[in-house]
Amino acid sequence: MSYHADEKGYYGEFGGAFIPEMLYPNCEELRQNYIQIMEEPSFKEEFQQLLKDYVGRPTPLYFAKRLSEKYNTKIYLKREDLCHTGAHKVNNTIGQILMAKKLGKNRIIAETGAGQHGVATATVCALMGIQCVVYMGEIDIARQAPNVARMKMLGAEVRAAKSGSKTLKDATNEAIRDWINNPVDTHYIIGSVVGPHPYPDMVARFQSVISEEIKRQLMENEGRENPDYVVACVGGGSNAAGAFYHYLDTPEVGIIAVEAAGKGIHSGESAATSALGKVGIIHGSKTLLMQTPDGQITEPYSISAGLDYPGVGPMHAHLYKSGRGEFISITDDEAMKAGLELCKLEGIIPAIESSHALAIFEDRKFKKDDVVVVNLSGRGDKDLQNYIDYFNL
Amino acid sequence: MNRIKQKLSEDKKILSIYFTAGYPKLDDTVQIIQDLEKSGVDLIEIGLPFSDPLADGPTIQESSTAALKNGMHSELLFEQIKDIRKSVSIPLILMGYFNPVLQYGVEKFCQKCEKIGIDGLILPDLPLDVYQEEYEALFKKHGLINVFLITPQTSDERIKAIDDASEGFIYMVSSASTTGAKSGFGQEQSAYFERIANMNLKNPQIVGFGISNAETFNQATEKAKGAIIGSAFIKHLTENGVDSIGGFVRQIR
Ligand SMILES: Cc1ncc(COP(=O)(O)O)c(C=O)c1O
Repeated sequence: MSYHADEKGYYGEFGGAFIPEMLYPNCEELRQNYIQIMEEPSFKEEFQQLLKDYVGRPTPLYFAKRLSEKYNTKIYLKREDLCHTGAHKVNNTIGQILMAKKLGKNRIIAETGAGQHGVATATVCALMGIQCVVYMGEIDIARQAPNVARMKMLGAEVRAAKSGSKTLKDATNEAIRDWINNPVDTHYIIGSVVGPHPYPDMVARFQSVISEEIKRQLMENEGRENPDYVVACVGGGSNAAGAFYHYLDTPEVGIIAVEAAGKGIHSGESAATSALGKVGIIHGSKTLLMQTPDGQITEPYSISAGLDYPGVGPMHAHLYKSGRGEFISITDDEAMKAGLELCKLEGIIPAIESSHALAIFEDRKFKKDDVVVVNLSGRGDKDLQNYIDYFNL
Repeated sequence: MNRIKQKLSEDKKILSIYFTAGYPKLDDTVQIIQDLEKSGVDLIEIGLPFSDPLADGPTIQESSTAALKNGMHSELLFEQIKDIRKSVSIPLILMGYFNPVLQYGVEKFCQKCEKIGIDGLILPDLPLDVYQEEYEALFKKHGLINVFLITPQTSDERIKAIDDASEGFIYMVSSASTTGAKSGFGQEQSAYFERIANMNLKNPQIVGFGISNAETFNQATEKAKGAIIGSAFIKHLTENGVDSIGGFVRQIR
C-alpha cells in the first residue's frame, strides 16, 4: 500500500477533483503536464539552482542539544525558518512559478491567510517579472498589515475577499472565481496541499525537498537516513507533506501531524480538523473538513493564522483515517509556551504555526535514543505582535 | 415521462428561472415557485444555498449567505416543498453544490427528491467521471435527470462525452465566468453558440450565465433551445420582494 497519490489524485478515498466544468480545462492542462514538466532536465536544473542560490537551500538540520536534554530524547530541527521569506512556502511558489512559465501563463493569482503564501508568491512573481494578484480575506488584511505591505512592496496587487466569512477559505473561493473568469492566461498558485488534483500531489512534490534533505543530513549526523519520528504542524499540510514525503512508505518512521486545537478541541474555537472534521468536499477536494451537519463549511479558529483552515489536504486525511499518521492537537496556550521555550533554550524564535509542532514534547514522551525530527516550518518575525500581546512583552 | 423531457419536446423556446431557496425570506419558496409557473416560466431551478459557492458571482453568493442566515437547510427545503406537486406541474430542478447532498446522504437525497416530484439535479462540482462511476444508477433509479455544464473552453471531445452522459439538456455556460448578469453578448459568444449548434448534439442546450433581459434571452435562444436567468431574477427579488414576479417574467418575453 502506498500513501502517495494515485494517478487520479486519490489518497485512499480522499482527493480527486470535484470542480465545476469551468475549471476543468485549467486543471486538466495542469494534470496532463505537471509530472512531465517537473521531470524535464531544464526544469529540474532551474528549480535546483533557485532553491540553492535564491531560497538558501539546503536548510540546516540542527541538533537541538538543550531542547533534547530537557525532553530526554534526540531532537533535530529542520530549519525551514531560514528559507528566504521566512518559511517553507517559497519551495512551492518557486516550483509553481516555473511551472506557470512552462505552461505559457503570464498572470499569477494566489490566496493567502496570514500572508506568508502571499508574500512567497509575490516574491517569485517579482523575481520573474510576472503580474501577481493575491486574494486575502478582508478581516485578514486588517490583522496582518505588515505582510500586506510586503506584498505591495513586491509589486503584487492585494484584493480583499469580502464574501462569506472574509478569511482564508473565502480568499481561496475568490482566487478560484478569478481563475474561472481568466481560464487561458492565468495560473493559480495554491499555497498548500489542498484543492483539486493535481494540486495536492504537485505541491507535495515541490515541498518534498524537505525530507530529501533530511535523509541526507541525518545520514551525516546519525549514520542513518531514517529518524524514528518526523513531526510537523498541519494547516493545509504542505510543510508536513514535504517533511513526511520520502518517509510515507517507510513504516518504521513514525509520522506525527500536529493540528491547532485553538482554545480547546471542544471549545467551538478550534482548527483541529482530524478531531472535528467529517468527510466532505472543500475547494475541489474530497477530504476531512469542519462543517455543520447540513454540509456548510464552518469557520475555524487558531491563534496562528497559518493553521486556521477548515480542512486538511487529502494526503493527511488518509494518513489519519488509515492510522499511518499519529495526530495530536495543541492549544493556543501550549503552542505559545513552546514557542517561548525554543527562544530561551535554542535562541530561535519560531513561527506560531511551528510552535504547535514543538509543543508536543510536553505530553508525548519519546525514548532517550529516539531520533525525532521536527520541521520548523517558519520563523517568528511575522508573529512578533502576537507574541508581544500574548506575553505582555 | 419525466417532466423535463416532456417540456423540452414542446416546440418552443424554454425560459428557465433560478432562485435561491430561503431568499429573500425563509418562507418565500413555495410562493416563488407558484408565481413563476403562473407567469408562464417553463422550468424552475431551486437553489440549495451553500456556504462556499465557488462558481457563483456576488449576487448569488449574497443570496446564499442571506438564505443560510435566514435558517435554510436541505431538510427544511424538502419540508417546505413536500406538497408542491399539489399546486404546480412545472418541471423542478434542484441546483446546489455537492457537499450538502453528500452530508444529507446521496441516496436519501434522491429518495426525497423522487417522493416530492423533483425532476432533475444540477450539481456543478460533481464531476462527470465520479457521477458515472458512483451515482448514475442511483439518480436513474429515482427518476432524476442529472444536468451537466459545458463552457466555451470545453473541448469538442469532452462535449461529446457529456452529451452521451446526458439525457435531458446540456447547461451551456455562456462565457468563461462565474454567474452574474453582464451587459450583453459579443462576437465571441455568437461564435461559441454557432459552434455548439453545429455539433448536432443529441441533447438540446439551454444557455445560462449572463442572461438578464429580453435582448440577451433572444440572443441566447437564437440557436439554443432555451435560456436560464439567475442573478437578474435574484436582483429583482432583492429590490421588489416576491410581489411582482409576473412583471419580471413579462419583461423577458
Ligand atoms: C510558518 C508556517 N508554517 C505552517 C503553515 C501552515 O501551512 P501548511 O500546513 O500548508 O504547511 C504556514 C501557513 O501560512 C506557515 O506560514
